Amino acid sequence: MSNLAWIFVSTLLVSNFTLAMFLGLCPFFGVTAKIGTAWRLGVANTFVMLLTALSAWTLNTYVLTQVPFLRTIAFIVVIASGVQIVEMAIKKFSPVLFRQLGIFLPLITTNCAILGLALFQTARQYTLAESIVFALGGGMGLTLALSLMASIRERMDVADVPVVARGMGLVLVVASVLSMAFMGFAGMGSAP
Amino acid sequence: MTAGASPPPANQPEFVPGAPPPAALTTDIWRGIARDNPVLVQLLGLCPAMAVTNTLANGLAMGTATMLVLLGSELFVSLLRKVIPHEVRITSYVLIIATFVTVVDLLLAATFPDISKALGPFMPLIVVNCMVLGRAEAFAAKVRPVRAMADAVGMGLGFTLALVLISGLRELLGMGSLLGANLLGPNFEPWVFMVMPPGGFLTLGIILLCMAWFTDIRRRRAQEAA
Repeated sequence: MSNLAWIFVSTLLVSNFTLAMFLGLCPFFGVTAKIGTAWRLGVANTFVMLLTALSAWTLNTYVLTQVPFLRTIAFIVVIASGVQIVEMAIKKFSPVLFRQLGIFLPLITTNCAILGLALFQTARQYTLAESIVFALGGGMGLTLALSLMASIRERMDVADVPVVARGMGLVLVVASVLSMAFMGFAGMGSAP
Repeated sequence: MTAGASPPPANQPEFVPGAPPPAALTTDIWRGIARDNPVLVQLLGLCPAMAVTNTLANGLAMGTATMLVLLGSELFVSLLRKVIPHEVRITSYVLIIATFVTVVDLLLAATFPDISKALGPFMPLIVVNCMVLGRAEAFAAKVRPVRAMADAVGMGLGFTLALVLISGLRELLGMGSLLGANLLGPNFEPWVFMVMPPGGFLTLGIILLCMAWFTDIRRRRAQEAA
């Protein structure tokens, strides 16, 4: 398997952003009550991740070589402004989608998956093409995890669960089982 | 502790919309540790609470680092609360937090390089820990620096305690040791599962289930007594 394809499969399944690396847990637990919102937010996240990967690579290559200690601050500023631009664009071109996403759109800024993407891509010294594929795999992996969790939770709503267990505790145990299932992909090898 | 805090005019209470009700400093501290524990009750900052808690040392380091960031950023958010325009407040808070995260990150790398390497990118990820931004927005921006610091101490301690609980359980069961010292003897078969990602979800899930169970028992006892 070529390097790019391997990065994609690895971030999508083997080390899934949410289920194996614990990134983006806020939307994973906060927005997965309904499948409709869950996958839409996943797609919005994927888009922001692609933008972030592009800007993080540009920053790393042209700016941060001079001032490496400003990395965290530079990344978060770029992400915050990127989300703002996406928000304005969606508001202009699709007011319906804007209303559906509501508060979750600005909250993408504080989604650790986005900053995590930029930081991991820096730590692994990905090239531009590798970064884009990494973002695509990560975003789709997040969408996959959100959709799976939302589907399970919609079923769980009608299941006969003891009163005590209704709430986050059970959701976390379900997440554990889901994460265990994704560990099955670990046999394919680890990320380069 | 708050040498830089400007004393407000005496006998003149501040009127800030949405400000938390006045309380003693000890109440501000205890709230973060027990009743409003950021991880176990409010379920904030879950990413670091599970991502780096496979050993007690990592959990302790992450808890302490987050507490330092919380102290610095709550103090500065509170000091600057009348200067920061309302429209750009979130961006300003994020910048303040990112500054302190950079400071703590470099500090950790200089003093404990091994732990810094083990935490890796999760150290700078404190910037997007929703608990830190949440406390800045909901508390520090509306109170005097002294109370903000008390809140930071409480929330920081509560976060650290939760992380110590999770990472202690995971290291003990996953490796049979605590802080690297073997406790359960050679006959103990380590539950490797616990130090892997699903173990993190499971540990916190079971802790939350136990807490819900205890709350339920206490509620029923109170009902029977009444």
